[in-house]
Parts: sequence; structure tokens; C-alpha cells
Amino acid sequence: MIAAGLSALWSHWRRNTLQLVTLLSGLALATALWSGVQAINSEARASYDAAAAVLGEGRYDQLVPASGDSIALETYIQLRRAGWQVSPVLEGEIGIGGTRARIVGVDPLTAPGGSGTSVLAAPPEPQEFLGDGVIFAHPGVADGLEARVSARVIPDPGVAPDTALMDVGVAAKLLERSDLSRLIIVPEQPMGLPSMSNLAPDLIRQGAQKGAEVGRLTDSFHLNLTAFGLLAFVVGLFIVHGTIGLAFEQRRGMVRTLRALGMPLKTLVFLLALEMAAFALIAGGVGVMLGYLIAGALLPDVAATLEGLYGAQISGALQLRPDWWLTGMGIAFAGTLIAASGALWRIARMPLLASPGGRAWAVASGQTRKWLGLASSVLGLIAAMALGFGQGLVLAFAGLGALLMGAAFALPALLDRVLAIAEARAKQVRAQWFWADTRQQVPGLSLALMALLLAAAANVGVSTMVSSFRITFVEFLDQRLASDLYVQAEDERQAAEVETFLKPLTQEIMPLLYVDTRLAEGSAELYGVRVGATYRDNWGFLAGTDSAWQDVAQGKAVVINEQMARRAGLWVGDDLTVATGLTMPIAGVFGDYGNPIGQAVLSEDVFLGLHPDIRPTRFGIRVADKEAARAALQEFGLKDPQIIDQQVIKEFSLGVFERTFTVTAALNVLTLSVAGFAILTSLLTLAAIRVPQLAPAWSMGFTRAALGRLELLRAVVLALLTMVFAVPLGLMLAWVLLAVVNVEAFGWRLPMFTFPLDYAKLAVFGVLAAALAALWPARRLARTPPADLLKVFSNER
Amino acid sequence: MLLEVKNLTKSYAGPDGDTPVLRGIDLSLDAGETLALTGESGSGKSTLLHLIGGLDMPGGGKIILAGQDVAQMDDTARAALRRDTVGVIFQQFNLIPSMSVAANISFHARLAGRQDAAYEASLRDALGLKDQMHKFPEQLSGGQQQRVAIARTLAARPKLVLADEPTGNLDEGTAAEVIDQMQALVAEAGSALMMVTHSIALAARMGRQLHLSKGRLV
Repeated sequence: MIAAGLSALWSHWRRNTLQLVTLLSGLALATALWSGVQAINSEARASYDAAAAVLGEGRYDQLVPASGDSIALETYIQLRRAGWQVSPVLEGEIGIGGTRARIVGVDPLTAPGGSGTSVLAAPPEPQEFLGDGVIFAHPGVADGLEARVSARVIPDPGVAPDTALMDVGVAAKLLERSDLSRLIIVPEQPMGLPSMSNLAPDLIRQGAQKGAEVGRLTDSFHLNLTAFGLLAFVVGLFIVHGTIGLAFEQRRGMVRTLRALGMPLKTLVFLLALEMAAFALIAGGVGVMLGYLIAGALLPDVAATLEGLYGAQISGALQLRPDWWLTGMGIAFAGTLIAASGALWRIARMPLLASPGGRAWAVASGQTRKWLGLASSVLGLIAAMALGFGQGLVLAFAGLGALLMGAAFALPALLDRVLAIAEARAKQVRAQWFWADTRQQVPGLSLALMALLLAAAANVGVSTMVSSFRITFVEFLDQRLASDLYVQAEDERQAAEVETFLKPLTQEIMPLLYVDTRLAEGSAELYGVRVGATYRDNWGFLAGTDSAWQDVAQGKAVVINEQMARRAGLWVGDDLTVATGLTMPIAGVFGDYGNPIGQAVLSEDVFLGLHPDIRPTRFGIRVADKEAARAALQEFGLKDPQIIDQQVIKEFSLGVFERTFTVTAALNVLTLSVAGFAILTSLLTLAAIRVPQLAPAWSMGFTRAALGRLELLRAVVLALLTMVFAVPLGLMLAWVLLAVVNVEAFGWRLPMFTFPLDYAKLAVFGVLAAALAALWPARRLARTPPADLLKVFSNER
Repeated sequence: MLLEVKNLTKSYAGPDGDTPVLRGIDLSLDAGETLALTGESGSGKSTLLHLIGGLDMPGGGKIILAGQDVAQMDDTARAALRRDTVGVIFQQFNLIPSMSVAANISFHARLAGRQDAAYEASLRDALGLKDQMHKFPEQLSGGQQQRVAIARTLAARPKLVLADEPTGNLDEGTAAEVIDQMQALVAEAGSALMMVTHSIALAARMGRQLHLSKGRLV
């Protein structure tokens, strides 16, 4: 009985291969987009974890130099002799072939467990690791390194990308250095130790939580990618839902017959569920493979973007990680379950003697449209409540989901109203028929149009977000990189000489004073700046008084970054205690994108009053002739890496954005293609229903070619109307991502900009996609043999 | 006795309360017997056929078929009854559109677990379907589809064949031809046949005739 039942069910797909292809492709594409994005995220996160683990960051407190990047070996020895359990780390870079390799030297005898070697596939014995024993290197740099050293180099994917891990002595030889970069503080320390600030006054203790910065910074990028992946999956799900719904409706007669011939309902429902599970397995597998290819193609751009934006090193090559392919398969099964559950439920509840014709396929006809309208209103209300009054990331995403689904559910009713108005206003009989017939098509196409709406809205939303981010970030770079050159002295003595040397050469010198501290009950960076024309002209505020920089220059006020303002609930006009006994009013709040740490900026004089021991070693300078200034500084004795051209950094950053655009543009094209595919398959599956609908018009004088042309026009009109609704929805999506999700997740809000020309282009692409999708079905319709049209009027059909 | 129906009642719920369709039906049928059930539209003919075939549940009374009370059966048992004991020929054929004629003919027999290729071939030849076996239902005329539906039911060798206006879509000449073939095949298989029809002429070809009016046998 099982075999007979399965053969009957399978016969439907054999006879309707297009439907089967649609179902499998829809599910595979949805899974591919989702799992592709997840693969990128998974790869990136694994890279951060490897990096954090190798470098011992994120888990332990560390001692880092207050200025510069060097700790004298004597300081380390002094701390050890005093009883402090600290472990040395030496970091640097060397060139290998055409690339740079990050060299990390650790001491396995003193390193706390969980740092350094813990990520390695086969942790070595300390004695093996010591001396010239072994070097563990990421496979990407292992070969190049082997040629440079006498030690045995073991390639290990557990090591961060472009990184090699070795004994600190080996690293010192390789880097030709005799100092250290930082000291890891072992959590368990002996009692009664002497004060660390007395022993090593030039070092500052950095809390363990700060180590996770890379992950936190890049989370914004990943969160948005995940949101995009989820939207793409929902778009695919609409296709699957539509196809399964159609297949089940078409098989109502078969189901009735099977039951009439003695197949128990439970067995039948089990067989249908089994069939769906098999499809999920096949399409999920194909989808995960496609996702792997998508991720593989996009990962180099994502890696470059993340490295450029945040300095996070991501491997450009993809590994087949079990977590994401299992998630991909899981999402394929979950998607199939969601899409098929309604249809299965209806089959399970269908009386044996129900009419096989039953309800028409698709949503939004009559009662269904009313239910969708009601669901849309409820979802809209939920979205308004969650986004307007809710707090927390989960509620923000719930609001976002409710907004998008509510809008999608409202689409059939909106289209119906617009088309009804057009029909009422049409004067010519042909036009009246066209609008009435288009209105009749809405239920059948509504799932595909909902998919198009979501795809287009996702494109508008994500493009707006990325472009807004770009504009804001460029402004931010202009603000932060306003000086022409950036000069870094080796030490305070050289800094003083450089400053004296620069005075006659430059229009403005901006020394940068900095200290890690605690402000407004949180970790913060306190800066002292020499306020001049550069700050006044370039550094703008999200909110500020008219005389903000003037007040800072006069030592009467402080300006803070948005992160500190939002975290501490401070804003312009509030007071901030910048040091014991010194409270100043906040004159401005500035945007500080991508930085999770609070910042406060004071005048140079006030800063030096608070920290008289700190002298600047870094300067921004404004000069009339950059090249002449560079040449003079080199002649003075500064090395090339000590003189940084800010324009080069800006250009590099803009290059990074182009990479970001490549990723989002690729995802945009893929999502729109999925929506176009949905329209194509809907039109093809509706083609059989269309013949009886169009035959009366044909019999009354429309040519078949004219009917074909009108069919094409109909798809274009519906797509155009959908795109018109998609733009405001996409803008709402962008607003939620920028103003709600970002603030909830990272504590800073991105200003939103709109790009009408881009939206117009997108609308053209959307309509083109719909027209392309409609071309084939319209052509088929135009070539329908008259005999088929005649059958409509006989009892033969 | 193959079938015994005692005081069978059935009502359908409507906006103005329950509407009785069958008001106490008593009838019986022996193996090998043929019976025509006639009556005006809405008299309850199809309902009676559906109740006997285990497609619907009676309001009251008994249906003893092959020694079992259909009215007392649960859903699974009634499915087994339809699979193994009864064969229903529907007015609208109810063929599986995605399966070929050959697959449709053997389908019920496969479900019942008693497929007999030789017997199917004889049915195919007897009903003139030899050249249609690879076609799909939509490619056949109404009469040909009806023949496939008959062949499907008979191929399963049910003890009782229930036919609900099986010639409703056919012209008089074709209808008579199909009925003759069906009768001959039922007799050959040793099954009983109960047929609902509007046609007095076709009813006259059956061994016995019963007339149903307003839910009662008259």
C-alpha cells in the first residue's frame, strides 16, 4: 500500500516537472542565500576566535605600553622578580613573498592555559616548542615561512589567518627585536605583591573585556548580513509556499480518490510528509552546496571589507564547517515544514467527500484576503509597539519581522484597491477588461508579488543602509583625517624635537594626547587636543552648542562620543566628571562609528594639567606642500612608516567600501533573481488556468498575439505597483536597521540618507525582471492553438 | 448474505436544523446479485451508496457487509473495507490525472495487495482499452475514462461493486454497451453490483430494482 501510495504521489511530480523544479529550486535558492551568508559569518567568527585565542586576547588582563608599542625586557624581568605572574608576548610583521605575516611569540612555560597554543590542532610539549623547536603557522603563510627559518614549521588551520605562533625567543630573532609587545597577566597571583604602577609606571592594565573588540565591531556587519540572509530566505519561502500550496490543491482530487480507494488518512498524511522531507533533503543539500559557492565567491570581498574596516583578519578561503551546513539543512527542513504545514493541515481536515475542485489556489481571494488583511493589521500593530516602545535587540528584530510580513500580507488588498480604482476610471471597454482581468490575476500571483515586494524592500533597505554608512563614514574620515600628514615619534624626546622642527614648516600642528581611564562609570579614552581651525572646520557634532570647540579650547567644556553619551545617558548641556574634582559641561556629542569605547576630548592644556607626565608622541599636521614636508621630515631623521599620508588612508577606506558594495550588490542581484524566478514559475503554473479565462476574450475578437502582449503588460503593471509599495517599505526597513537595531546592538545610531535615483533604478530592474519572467508564459499564451481555446466551450476539458 | 441494511438513517446539518436524507432504509443483497437504485434528484441514492461504501457515517441503523457492521467501524477499518471489500465507480470517474491508464487500472488492486496482470489484461481487452494504456486520463474521451474507472474497480476484485451513475456522462448507446460489459465482468468475478441510475432502461437490465423517494424505499 505504501509503495502504491508513493507511486501515485510521485506521479504528480513526474507529470508536473516544472512544478517540481520550481519547488526544489525555490527551496534550494532560499537555503543557498541563507547558508551562504551564514557561511561567511561562520568563517569570519572562527577567524576572530582563532585570532583572539592565539593572541590571548579577550580572556586575560594585559599590560600594554601607555604610549608606543614596546615594553623593555627589563620591565618584564622586574615584574617577574617582584612575584607578578606575567607572560611575555612579542608581536610584529615580516614580509613573506608578496604578503605580510603576523609573528606572535609566546612563552609556553609562563602563559596561562587557554592562550597561545590552546587553539592548535596538536598542542606541543613545552620543551618541543621552546628554542628553535617548532613554529605553528596558518597554512597560508607556512610555506613562505619555512624558507625563512631553520625551525620546523607546522601548518595549522587553528592559527589565525596570516599568523605564525612560536616561542618568544624565536620571534625575537625573526623580528630582530629585543623588546616585548605586551604582557599577559595570569589570573591567579600570589598575595602581597608590590604595586604594579610603581614597578612599571609606563604600562597600563587593559581589562579582559576589551580584547573582544574585533568581534564586537564586526558584529554590526554580520548582523546586517544575517538580516539580509533571513530576508532572502523568506523570499524563497514564499516561492516554496506557493508551489506546495498549488501542488496540494491540484492533488485534492487524487487525495480524495486515494482515500475512497481505501488508503487511511494517517498513512496518506505520513506519505505526504515523507515526500516533503525528501524534497527538503534534496533541495537543502543542493542549497547548502550553492551557498558554499556563493560564500566562496563573496568571502574575499567580505574579508577585505572587514580587515579594512576593523582590522579583523579573515581567511579568504572557505572551510566546510559542520555548524553552518547543519544549520543550512535545518533551515531547509524548517522552511519546508512552515510552507507545507498549512497544506498538510487542510488535507488532514478535508472531508472524504469534499469537492475535488475545492478552493482556488493562492491567497487573497475573498475570505482569505480578509484574513490576510486582519493579520496584516495585527502585525502592523505589533511592529509599531515593538519598534516604538520596545527595548532590546530581540524586540527590534521581532518588530522588523512583523513590519515586513505585515506589509507583505497587505499587498494583495492594496493591489486590489488600486486596480479597482483603475477599472472604475477606465473608459474604453478593452481597458476595462484589462484592469478587471489583472485584478483577477492578483490572487494567483500574490505569493510571487509578495516575494518581489520583500526582495525589493530588502534591496532598498540594505542599499540605503550601506550608502548611508558610506556617506557617514566618509564624513567621519574627513573629520578624523583632516590633517595632511600624521607623524609618529619614537619617544617623547624625539617628539619634542619633531614639534620644534615642524613649527616653521606647518600651518597647524595638532599633538594627540591620550590616556585610558574611567569616565561616567565605564572604560573610556580621554584625549587632549590643541583646538585650531582644523577641528573647528572639520569636526562636526551630532549635537552641540554653537561655541563647542571654542569652549573646549578655553578649557570650559568637554566633548564626548555618541557611545559614551548613549551608554551614560548624557547629552549636550549635562556635566561630566573628567577627573576627581573636575566637572565640565558637555558642549558636543560626536559620531564615532565602529568604536565601542567611550571617548571624551578636552583641550591640551586641561589634559596636561590632569596628566602632566604624559607628552605627545603623535601629531597631525597641516602643510601647504605634503611632499616637501615629508622630504624635510625624512631629512630630519624620521623613517618612512613614521610619516603617514592621511589621503592614502582615506583612499584605502573608500576602496574597502567598494568591496562592501560588491557584496551587497551581489546579494541584491541574487535576491531579485529569486523574486523574478517566483514570478516566472507562478505565471507558468497559472498558464493552464489562464486559457479558460482568456478564451471568452479571444472568442470576442482579441487576437492571440494581443492577448500575449496584454499578458506581458499585466505582469509589468503588477510588478511596477509592487515596486512602488516596496520603496517606502524598504526605507522603513533601513530606518529600523539604522535607528533601532544598530542602537540596540552597538550603542550608536547612523544618520539615514535617501537615494531616489538608486530606487528608480531598482524599480526599473524589478520591472525588467518581471517582464523577463513574463515573456515566456506570454509567448506560450500567444501561441496557444485555437483548438485548445475552443475546448473551453465544449465539455471535453 | 453479502449486504444487509437495517433501519438506516442519515441527516445533514443545515442552517434550518438537521435535514433528513435517509429515513429508515432496509435492504439486502446476495453475492452475484445486481441491483438498480433509482429515484429523483435529492432522494438520497448517492448518500445510501456512500454509506454502504464506508465513505460516510450513518446517523442510525446498521450496515452489515461481509459479516461486519460498517456503522461501528472506525476510520482505519472503513479505509480497509474500501480497499479490500468494496469498489466504488464514481460518476466523475475520479481517475488519478498524473498516472497513465495502465497505472490507474492496476492502482486499486495494488492497494488491496492482489494485483493480477493477466486479469487486468483481460479487463483491458474486454473494455476496449488496449490502445489507450500509455495515455493519461485527460487524453481520453468521457466514455473511455468511464471504462478505465470500471476496469480499476473490477481489477481489485471487490465483493461488492457500487456504481454511482456510471453512465451519466455517456450517450444512450455507449451507456448500454458499458453496462453490459460491466455486468458480464461482475458475473465473471462473482461480485455483487449495486448501481444508482436515473435511467429506467438501464435499471431494467439489472436483476432487481429499488426506487428511493424522499429518503424511503418505495
